[in-house]
Formats: sequence, C-alpha cells, structure tokens
Amino acid sequence: MAEPLLSVRDLAVEFSTEDGVVHAVNGISYDVYPGEVLGVVGESGSGKSVGVMSLLGLIPQPPGKITGGEAIFDGRDLLKMPKKQLRRLRGDDVAMVFQDPMTSLNPVLRVGAQLGEAISTHRPQMKRADVKARVISLLELVGVPNPEARYSQYPHEFSGGMRQRAMIAMAIANEPKLLIADEPTTALDVTIQAQVIEVLKAAQEETHAATILITHDLGLVAELCDRVAVMYAGRIVEMGDIYTIFAEPRHPYTVGLMQSLPRLAAHNEWLRPITGQPPSLLNMPPGCAFHPRCFLSQGRLPCRTDVPELRAIGDRAHLTRCHYAEELHGSGAATTAAAVEEGVT
Amino acid sequence: MSERSAQPPHIDQPPPSVGVVGEPQVAMQVDESLELAYDSGLELKARSQWGYAARRFLRHRLAMGSLVVLLFLCIVAIFADFFAPYAFDEPDFLSITLPPTTENNHFFGTDFLGRDSLSRIIYGLRTSLWVALVVSLLATVIGTTIGAISGYFGGWVDNGLMRLTDLVLTLPGLAVLLTISVYVGQGEPMRVAVILALLFWTGFARIVRGTFLSLREKEFVEAAKASGAGDTRIILRHILPNAVGPIIVNATLIVAGAILVEAALSFLGFGVQPPNPALGVLINEGQSEGLKFWWLVTFPGLVIVLIALCINFIGDGLRDALDPTQRRVRG
Repeated sequence: MAEPLLSVRDLAVEFSTEDGVVHAVNGISYDVYPGEVLGVVGESGSGKSVGVMSLLGLIPQPPGKITGGEAIFDGRDLLKMPKKQLRRLRGDDVAMVFQDPMTSLNPVLRVGAQLGEAISTHRPQMKRADVKARVISLLELVGVPNPEARYSQYPHEFSGGMRQRAMIAMAIANEPKLLIADEPTTALDVTIQAQVIEVLKAAQEETHAATILITHDLGLVAELCDRVAVMYAGRIVEMGDIYTIFAEPRHPYTVGLMQSLPRLAAHNEWLRPITGQPPSLLNMPPGCAFHPRCFLSQGRLPCRTDVPELRAIGDRAHLTRCHYAEELHGSGAATTAAAVEEGVT
Repeated sequence: MSERSAQPPHIDQPPPSVGVVGEPQVAMQVDESLELAYDSGLELKARSQWGYAARRFLRHRLAMGSLVVLLFLCIVAIFADFFAPYAFDEPDFLSITLPPTTENNHFFGTDFLGRDSLSRIIYGLRTSLWVALVVSLLATVIGTTIGAISGYFGGWVDNGLMRLTDLVLTLPGLAVLLTISVYVGQGEPMRVAVILALLFWTGFARIVRGTFLSLREKEFVEAAKASGAGDTRIILRHILPNAVGPIIVNATLIVAGAILVEAALSFLGFGVQPPNPALGVLINEGQSEGLKFWWLVTFPGLVIVLIALCINFIGDGLRDALDPTQRRVRG
C-alpha cells in the first residue's frame, strides 16, 4: 500500500472540567491512505469527533488539551504546526463537512458569498468572476438545482438537504486531500440522508480525497467506507477493512453493535441491545473499559485489571483490543455477513 | 447528478398547475416545489434578513411616526440658516423678553437680549443633535471594538477589558464629567461629545460582548474556522453582521441618552458654553428669572422631550424589527 496521507500515533486529548479531567481520547493511532474512506464509529462520547477535530486545532483550548501523540499529514506534524500554518491548511488541504447544515451556514451571508469566501481565503489572487463561476459549478456538482439563482440566496431559503449539499460543495471547493465528514447525515431526515450520501460519494470520487467519516450510523459505514475504526471510551477497540469488521467482528463491542441493528433478512423477534451504560470518562473502569457490559468477559480477571493492547488478529490488517478475541471466532459471522450483503441503510 | 434520477418522474413533465396549494405532488417536497417554481418562471423573490427587518419596521406605526418627526427636526437643524427667522446671536434691544407672538415672527418669544427664541432653539437643536450623533458614533465604535474583542477571545483578555468596563461604569458619571470638563476646557461642542462618548461606551461593550459570546459558539463560526478563516475575518465578516441588530438599537438609544446628558451638563454650565446655543444652555439662561419668562424654558424643554421620545420609539421599533424571534406581522 502507498504511504499514508495522515498518520496519527498515540493521540491523547483531555478536557479539564469542574468534576475532574475527562480523558476524551486515550492514545489512538490510525492511518488514512490517499483516496480511501475511513469510517470512525462509536457511540456518543466515545471520542470519535474529538479524535479527529483535535488534529485541526478545532477543539476549544482550554478546556481541551492535546496531551500527547503526533499526527503526520503530508510529512508535517499537525500537532506541532504553528497556528497560522494550520489555519492555511484548514479548508485547503483538509476540509470538513459538519453535522448540522441548519446552523453551519452563516444566516446573514448569501450562500454564494460563503462558498466564494472559502475559495478566496486560500486563493486570494483568483478573480471575482472566476470565483463565482467556480462556486456555481460546485453547486451544480453537488446537485443544487438552478445554481445561478441559488448563488445569491440566503441560507434560510435553502432546505436542510440543500444546505448540506452546499456545505459539501464548500468542503470540496479547494480540492482537499483529506475530507473530514462529522456525522454529515445525522441532522437530516432519512430520504434526504440517502441523497446526501450519494452527493458525498460523488464528491469523494470527483476529488479523490481521502475521507474520514465520523458517524454512529453503521449503515452509512457499510455504504461508503473502505475501512472502519470502532471507538469506545476514547480508544479504538477494533479496526479493519469493512468486510472483515462486518463479517467477522472480533471485539465484543462491535458484535454488540451489529446485533443491535434491525435487519430485514434475519428473523429475530427482538433486537439485542448492549446492556448497561457507556462508562463515565471521568471515572473509567479499570482494565478493559468495556468489561462491565461485556458478554464475553464473564468477569474474568484480566478484563478487570489489564487494559488490552490493540493487537493484530487474523491474516488481514485487522486489529482488536480484546483479551479473548479468538473466542469470538465465527460467532458474529452468521448474523452480520447478511447485513453487508443487504447493504444496510 | 444522481439526485435527478432519485426524484419522481413528474419533475421532467411540464408542471400542470404549479404552486397550487393542495396539489399533492408539489406539496410533497419543498425542494421540488422550489424547482418547479423556478422552471415555470414563477418568481420566488429572494428577500434578505434586512428585507424582512425593513418590512417589519415600516409597519411599526409609532416608530415610523417618530422617524418622520425626527427627520423633520434633523432637516430643520441641518438647514438652520434657511429655517431660522433670525441669527441666533442677533440682539434686538427694542423687543426684549417678548412672550410668544406672531409679530415679527417671534413665535417662541425673545430672550433678555431680544434674541429670537425660535432661532436659538433651531441652532441649539443643531448643536445638540450634532453632539449626540458624535457621542453615539464614538461610543458605538469604542464599545463594539472592546465588546467584540472581549467576547470573541475570552479568557484573560475578556477579564481585563470587562474589569476596565466595570471601572468606567462605577464612576459617578456627572461628577467625572464636571471634573474632566474643568480640566480639558469647556464650551467646544466637540470636546463635550468626546468626553460623553468616553463614558457612554460601557453598556455597549457589555451588550456586544454578550452577543459575541453566544455567537462565537455557533456552528457557522466553527465552519468558518474549519475553512481556514482567521480571527479578524471571523469577527468582522461572520459574527459582527449577526450582532448588528442590538448594535443599531443601542446606538439609537445612546443618541437619546446623550441628548439628555448633554442638556443636563449644559444646564449646569459645564457643557456647551454660550454663545454656542445648545438646548441645555437655553434652558439654563431662561430659568435665571424663575418661571417668569416661561417660554424661554418650556420650548427648549419640549424639544428635548420630543427628540428623546422619538428616538426611544424608533429604538423600540428597530428592536422589534431586528429581533428575529419576533416574527409577528402587524396588520
């Protein structure tokens, strides 16, 4: 495989709060290769957003603080980069699509002007007319009908789906090498979600940007991603290519996630939720953070005392953070392989 | 785009009856109905937030009435040379302290030197309005700058600037004004304006800071950051336009406040000095004999009240118009 575009090692982020220090991200490492789509899934508060946003200096500091690690992007360490350089990188080489398109566009600026600004910030020498032409072609690319008229409209005249298209257009405006989509469909209703996914796919194919897709929607992952990292309590608990993860999950948390998905093909009367609550990041259980909820652990000692390492399992690049991952062999396969084939959405 | 194919086929047919309410196809999806409307040339007029605000303001009767009155006063003040029947410092010792009369156009009477009261009020109005405008402008600029920096950056910058604001706010205004005016010299309307502005910006700074505090957490600010915008650009282009509502309203209200304080200061003899006529100066001169020459006190006083009222009503109207949470439409 080629050189990774982004290579994150042992990233740790914490937030100081009144109740104590929250370890939002506890040493995560991952690579993103050019042109691939990496999904980062996990429940709310698992650190999936923070783990990515902190790279771009987009978490509030203080209270947030990056306490360790490195993130090599294009040969440079993002975490040690001067603020000004990082700012130039944002929106140019690395662009973002945000969660809520209803609030991510400035209500007092025309949509065209906002998109144009994203371009002219990084290309000040570009002529106004050229910027406008580029914006209109971008709007067309993401499927906004009547782009000329839409250019001079305000965000409140756009529907949710249209706004998210505009946000995607803004993100790909400078042909970024890395596109970060932070739950791009969460705020949209289901029919619009499907359209936005198509647009995102098209945008990704158009620009060949490597993409990090942060989501808790496994369907979206199945649809778009090449590889997946599953996060739990600030750590990556399992990582691998999408077929491996869906067909042979080797971490009890991932297995739990798969079993809690509704599926057409399986004749289950009930969905099986993961019991219990996610741990408080202020007061993490000792050992494996998942052990109090784990069906596999059964209270075995190592689970309660030792934090498992992220280790390779199987022959493919499949990593898991479970002491007893081998015991899961085949258990999830029967139920989850079907899910992939259905293309869960 | 794939979106086209995802849509129901009727989109490609000529729309039979576009925009009819209750047409189920059109009502189904907002995007489509928009598209249909465009295709058929049925104009959807783009109206900006300002368009809505202007409409709401125009429908605010009290504010519009006040605006008309205020504009009239402003025009009279600006073209004082044209409107005033006499010069403000033209004595006429044959007609001293005349009560209001139509004779010789002394509608508001004359003062102790036989100067025409109406003319003096018109020129006084000019001075007072001028001072008030400068105060409002300066206070707005100072207050907005400090409030914006404070609210946007937060932390120790915010702390320092807000303590400074608190300090200025706790100063007993009138006493400080009197003291300063003794030191920097008095009489010049511009000097009075600057001194007033240096005391008036505090409320402004607090309001702008509050607005910035809430706006900087908005996602569009984060989005702007993520697309590489710097602090200056975010403050000036993304946050400030969103904060313009409270800024305009308060700038308006400061005009009223400044007119009142300037009048009070001049009345006490520490503001604008004679022979420059300002409304407060006129009242001060007129009351030296008690209320014996009531017209010398009443008319300038009424003008002050009128201006202050008008400006406050306009401020109310602006607040109603610019507050996006107030969507009610007046019949």
